[in-house]
Amino acid sequence: MTHGIWLAILGRLDWQELPFYRAWENPTASEIIGAGAGLIVVIGAGAVVLLITWHGKWRYLWSEWLTSLDHKKIGIMYIALALVMLSRALIEAVLMRMQQAAAIDKPGFLAPDHFSQLFSTHGSIMIFFMGMPFLVGLINFVMPLQIGSRDVAFPLLNSISLWLTGAAAALVMASLVIGKFSTGGWSGYPPYTELAFSPDVGPDYWIWAVSLGSIGSTLTGINFAVTIYKMRCPGMELMRMPLFVWTALCTSILMIFAMPPLTIATALLALDRYLGYHFFTNDLGGNMMNYANLFWLFGHPEVYILILPAFGVYSEVVSTFSSKELYGYTSLVLATAAIALLSFTVWVHHFFTMGQNADINAVFGIATMTIGVPTGVKIYDWIWTMFRGQVRFTVPMLYSLAFMMTFVLGGITGILLAFPPLDYLVHNTLFLVAHFHNMLIPGLLYGMLAGYHYWFPKAFGFRLNEKWGRISFGCWVVGFYLAFMPLYVLGAAGVARRTQGMFDPIFRPWLYVAGVGALILLAALGALFVQLLVSIRERDANRVFAGDPWDGRGLEWSTSAPPPEYNYAVIPRVRGRDPFFEGKRKDDPYAPPASYEDIELPKNSMTGPLIGAVGAATAFGLVWHMWWLVIIGVLAIIAAVIARSFARDVRRIIPADEIGRTERSWLRAVAEATPIPREIEMTSANQGMAEVSE
Amino acid sequence: MKGSRGRLLIFATPPMFLLSGCAALKLGVMNHAGPIAASQWHLYVIVGIVLAFVAGPVLLLTPLIAWHYRLSNKHSAFRPEWGFSWTLEGFIWIPPIGIVIGLSVVLWHYTHVLDPYRPIASNQPALQVQAVGLDWKWLFIYPDERIAAINQMVIPVGRPVHISLTSGTVMQALLIPQLAGQIYAMARMTTQLNLATSRAGVFRGENTQFNGTGFQNEKFNVIALPPAAYDRWVAQVRASAHPLDAAAFAALFGKSSPLKPIFFSPIPPRLFQHILVRSGDRR
Repeated sequence: MTHGIWLAILGRLDWQELPFYRAWENPTASEIIGAGAGLIVVIGAGAVVLLITWHGKWRYLWSEWLTSLDHKKIGIMYIALALVMLSRALIEAVLMRMQQAAAIDKPGFLAPDHFSQLFSTHGSIMIFFMGMPFLVGLINFVMPLQIGSRDVAFPLLNSISLWLTGAAAALVMASLVIGKFSTGGWSGYPPYTELAFSPDVGPDYWIWAVSLGSIGSTLTGINFAVTIYKMRCPGMELMRMPLFVWTALCTSILMIFAMPPLTIATALLALDRYLGYHFFTNDLGGNMMNYANLFWLFGHPEVYILILPAFGVYSEVVSTFSSKELYGYTSLVLATAAIALLSFTVWVHHFFTMGQNADINAVFGIATMTIGVPTGVKIYDWIWTMFRGQVRFTVPMLYSLAFMMTFVLGGITGILLAFPPLDYLVHNTLFLVAHFHNMLIPGLLYGMLAGYHYWFPKAFGFRLNEKWGRISFGCWVVGFYLAFMPLYVLGAAGVARRTQGMFDPIFRPWLYVAGVGALILLAALGALFVQLLVSIRERDANRVFAGDPWDGRGLEWSTSAPPPEYNYAVIPRVRGRDPFFEGKRKDDPYAPPASYEDIELPKNSMTGPLIGAVGAATAFGLVWHMWWLVIIGVLAIIAAVIARSFARDVRRIIPADEIGRTERSWLRAVAEATPIPREIEMTSANQGMAEVSE
Repeated sequence: MKGSRGRLLIFATPPMFLLSGCAALKLGVMNHAGPIAASQWHLYVIVGIVLAFVAGPVLLLTPLIAWHYRLSNKHSAFRPEWGFSWTLEGFIWIPPIGIVIGLSVVLWHYTHVLDPYRPIASNQPALQVQAVGLDWKWLFIYPDERIAAINQMVIPVGRPVHISLTSGTVMQALLIPQLAGQIYAMARMTTQLNLATSRAGVFRGENTQFNGTGFQNEKFNVIALPPAAYDRWVAQVRASAHPLDAAAFAALFGKSSPLKPIFFSPIPPRLFQHILVRSGDRR
């Protein structure tokens, strides 16, 4: 009787599911590492709660951040999430490298099951909970400013997307403490992830985390696309938009069309696992090939969802730090659009080895190579942007240069892989792992870090420490080469990916070098956090309140740093590309308007955090078969959406007086700031006011 | 500049790796031992050379231009409003398109020539082998010889081998890097792979598609023997009289990775077809 009650309440959860219990029962290195990771999550979360309580910041956090609908704050929260998840996934990567280096004809210190959870969480997190939140956060912060808008088209939806993503990430974190994560890799291929082969909760955690995240991303895509179509300021024609906005638009369109196949694939897999359907099972007519197609119909455009915004960042950074107009703007726009379109035509190259005929493989191979053309064009456009410019080697520019030279190597191996006969030999090996890290580390991570360094002063009002930025940059680059070049060799020697043990001592030197590389990458992340702390401590010396630390070109640099919550007291009017850069040279971009008017902004809303919390609880209930929680959760979400749609009082007015005060204090700072030449922009002399030459 | 030292390292590392990498690479396609892998390696070299010309300009121009036009160089031109040139546009669009068209022809040709389903031309009939991916081992069935082996595939040098693949469990992928590329094996479906050896030797084969906690142990040897020695091997296996009976058949589907190869003779008729239609999902 009591057993039945517990079953109804806890579903399939019991003591065995706690890593602490498992480590107690069976104290191997692998279990102790698992328990340690769980402990870090628990202690970390506890410490954050205690700190906030200690400082009495709950109210501040709730009203200024968590319930905020301000696109800038939402963007910053996305990036904070991305950095937390990056830390976890990078530590996992280091553990995997250490295990492989230790496991040459030996078992190593991580059990196979633990190892496979690590590569599954590493991949899922890096794609869905590091890459996606980072780029969505960056677009969120920058894009509305760049198009001269006060917010995104649907501010509440923006908050809901953030919280769905947060809920999904929380679910992945929960799997460290309760139960286990999937062992089926980030792609979750059935039939391995079907009930027959993975009866545990792992794939369920993966399914619901990815589903929540993919719904959040679809909504984000819609939100951004509508914002760019409908909310541009007067004069901001499509062909005048900054390139970052163009890449944001293409990424949004990709999100709208590419995320649903993923949501469908995980939903069908969930039907198989929960309700005994047979979409992808081995028996009764199931066919995993359908999953492979659905997944990569999402998966390939996803690569470009991740990479395009970074291309946008590079376009901004290279142009700004070369003090020069972007070379070949039209070419870059066309190339971006071409990449976005072509990204839907190549998905089969993820499974050339599935047995389809040579005609099909050849067509998809050629389509894949075709993407190389617009991508190459972009690289040359950036090179010609530096040509006849005045290049400053700031941290974002260093990332851009490292990207251009590293990405091209990844492109080369990408073309090799586009040849089906060559893919047959290195598919599923470490060569493939090296290739996609060679694309995504420069093509995503470097871009996001460049953007982080570039727009940080705009977001927080002070510059990041240059020295630590360079140390971190050096480690990211050296670490990358040491960690991944050996994997090309190992892959060419036939070492399979996702392998917990190594079968030949001949690989030892390569594995050691890769291991050292992984540690250097960890040091890079450490340096990034040190930089943040040092920069916060030195913030008063490095303030750029006037708002234009780099002699910026787009509208985002024409406001204070940080910008006021309404972004622009008066909606700007644009007459060309690089409006602020031109403005500084042709007339006075800081001229105050004749008068200020009231501005209407959305009120804070707790709908987002509520839907996120309930979404996470519902997903948790689904994972553990706590049906009561699922039913309550689903009803609560429906109720919240209905209740919110009746709310009328959702806007607030910022009075003209207040705006006038804010603007005047900023303009006073602008007038007092010393304009500085580019040579000393990396010193404390930089107050956010650029000396205008010519 | 600190950045330039970083770039120097970037340049120096890949060649260093290549020099000392040869030892490990002898396990891969570089040390090919059959016509398919040889042809694939040939293709690697062709495409690699073309791509060196594609990457070269970027690797050279990026650091050169960035350095020459650095802010502190007062002798370089500065044209902040220059942002377009039809000539340059031609240079950055047309040659890449040309290269891709050229490579496409190569790709189309080789994809058809090296289609794993395409029989290898030979005056000898192909040896039929049926491979079954299991948890965490491979079963190789020789239907004509009525023998089978777990985790060892013995083939005669020179004679083409036609492998039919399926899986008795989740999806797997068969790769023998020195002989031929991989193809997936999926339950209730058959895929095909053709290969041949040009010299006697022992070559590593493996499953490359993750399939559970025994995945890393799922390796096997492909042993290429001269025809006479191959015939002796077949006779030996037949003589061992270790039948694949009901108990042995059931054991195939247990989760295990035998440390040594296991040989069976005789085997039930139509064993492969039997595994193929056997209802899937089993623990």
